[in-house]
Amino acid sequence: MSGKTHMLPVWFFIGILLTIYGFIILTTSMVDFSQPTTVVLAKYHPGIFGGILLLLIGGGYTFWFWPGRQKHN
Amino acid sequence: MTMCTMVAAWMPAVGGRLISLSFSDILIIVLYFVMVLGIGIYLKSYANTSSDFFMAGREMTAWVAGLSFLSANLGALELMGWAASTYQYGILAAHFYWIAAFPSMVFLGLVMMPFYYISKTHSVPGYLRLRYNESTRALSGISFAFMTVLMSGINMYAMAIVMKVVLGWNIHFSIWVSSLTVAVYVTLGGLYSAIFNEVLQFFLIWLGVLAVPILGMIEAGGWSGLVRKIHERVQSDDYVHLWRTLGTFSGNPMGVHWTGILFGLGGVIAFGYWTTDFLVVQRAMAAKDLRSAQFAPIIASYFKMIVPLIVILPGLLGLAVLPYHLVPESAAGPGMHSYNEVLPLMLARYCGPGLLGLGVTALIAGFMSGMAGNVSAFATVWTYDIYQPYIRKKATDAHYVLVGRWCTIVGVILSIGTAYFVTQFKSIMDYMQALVSFFIAPLFGTVIIGMMWRRATPKGGFWGLLAGTGSSIAMYTLVKIHPAYLSVIALSPNAKDMAENLYRALWSWIICVVVTIVVSLFTRPKPASELTGLVYGFTTIPSERTLPLYKRPIFWAGGVAIFFVALQWMFW
Repeated sequence: MSGKTHMLPVWFFIGILLTIYGFIILTTSMVDFSQPTTVVLAKYHPGIFGGILLLLIGGGYTFWFWPGRQKHN
Repeated sequence: MTMCTMVAAWMPAVGGRLISLSFSDILIIVLYFVMVLGIGIYLKSYANTSSDFFMAGREMTAWVAGLSFLSANLGALELMGWAASTYQYGILAAHFYWIAAFPSMVFLGLVMMPFYYISKTHSVPGYLRLRYNESTRALSGISFAFMTVLMSGINMYAMAIVMKVVLGWNIHFSIWVSSLTVAVYVTLGGLYSAIFNEVLQFFLIWLGVLAVPILGMIEAGGWSGLVRKIHERVQSDDYVHLWRTLGTFSGNPMGVHWTGILFGLGGVIAFGYWTTDFLVVQRAMAAKDLRSAQFAPIIASYFKMIVPLIVILPGLLGLAVLPYHLVPESAAGPGMHSYNEVLPLMLARYCGPGLLGLGVTALIAGFMSGMAGNVSAFATVWTYDIYQPYIRKKATDAHYVLVGRWCTIVGVILSIGTAYFVTQFKSIMDYMQALVSFFIAPLFGTVIIGMMWRRATPKGGFWGLLAGTGSSIAMYTLVKIHPAYLSVIALSPNAKDMAENLYRALWSWIICVVVTIVVSLFTRPKPASELTGLVYGFTTIPSERTLPLYKRPIFWAGGVAIFFVALQWMFW
């Protein structure tokens, strides 16, 4: 039990994973920007918006719950 | 069979699939597996006592407990299944997210959780042992342990089939890779791992499927465009009304009456599931204090109200925009798609490389956390309610943790066995799901009477539970042998199969309650000293009068009630 107070919160792991996912999706979507995909409504570039959203959420969670900054899980 | 043939039989196949994955999609899926294993390995050092391994140290915050509480139910089978039901029955499927969730979840938080938490029980069967007797605990514990492993196996089988149809993956590959991953992270980190991964799954599911309702509504032309397109497709308005068509059994696609929805579904089935199924209740019990435990299901109920955005709406959108009709599973021939494929089809329709991988990961995460939840609940009930009382009463805490870890592995192996069993006897799935329904409603009757009525006796509790369960099995069997009896149970000749589930639950609950009351009146109750903390009137529940209004669970329960009423009115 004594190590509990230093347990990384679940939000940190979520932040890390979403940040990585955001980077992958944004990069893939930007690389494919000039090559139209076959999905419906591709003109709205959902991958770019989705990647940015994931980076924002993931980055925010990672920053806020970085070890040493977070107070509780 | 040569080595190459054996290996080839296990590798993911590449032919006959709905979705083709790019490198970035596969990378996203692989990273998910790396993360969940990493979380399990990390949490191993924090899960070395029985309290930590089985109950996550009872230190989860309300938000973590609440999101985990919801995610434990929000598996991929449910996501895909209810999207499919929406395609088939229209917005009526939303009842399973609204009336079948909010009242019971709020009731759990406000009324029942104090008794579960204050009694410091480790499980729902454990509560029954304290309130009634060992026989009642044994009946509930053994049936729960049996059912949860079966459902875990069904989950695994369904996932393997979905991955085969959607991605072309080999069934053995899907079953073994995901089962072994779950086995590793739950064996190492116990309930901590299961909860952490359920909260992760919650984010993945929302973010993975969100593109479908957003882009779908753009394509359909908003809600009015969606309604118009559905009308053109099915030549009926019945698919977009929640209550208006429930005045008669024959007036709606589902073949149910509003009494069945309100009392059967929203009453006993929902209350039975959300308040007594240990898979979900365990998450709330893992909260750090009573108020957090009460808030957990209330927080979950808010999110449950909006889950239809990513489950029901995709089903309606599929009905409106897909250029072909989907058919029942049994009628799906080559080149055709079944109702169950509506969600993957919609993901493939709108999601390009990367986003598609996220959507598929969300489905995989849903399946795996469903299995993890079942296995962790099985390990807890087996260790505390079967092994400890009947096999080895006095052992060290470390011994029970070791039993829990081995139980997890055995649970996964049994689940894999069940999955393979189901591959041979596919119709067994219907029977297994019916098996779950036999116990849910009567168990709720037994628990709620025990919590609210001090006069309920141990013999009353046991015989009521047995009578309710037996009557549910009898009604089910009767309708299977003589389908005409459906009209008797559902009180209408126009009732369909869905109505049988709802009314059977209602009748079995009534029988359980009546038998419990009658037997209790003729048998001796426990003395008051043995009921402290277990029943209304003998339990001191901390007052909230000193708290500001916004910190009281009842305030937020009122909020979700208003939200619920607004949704019913909007989609009347």
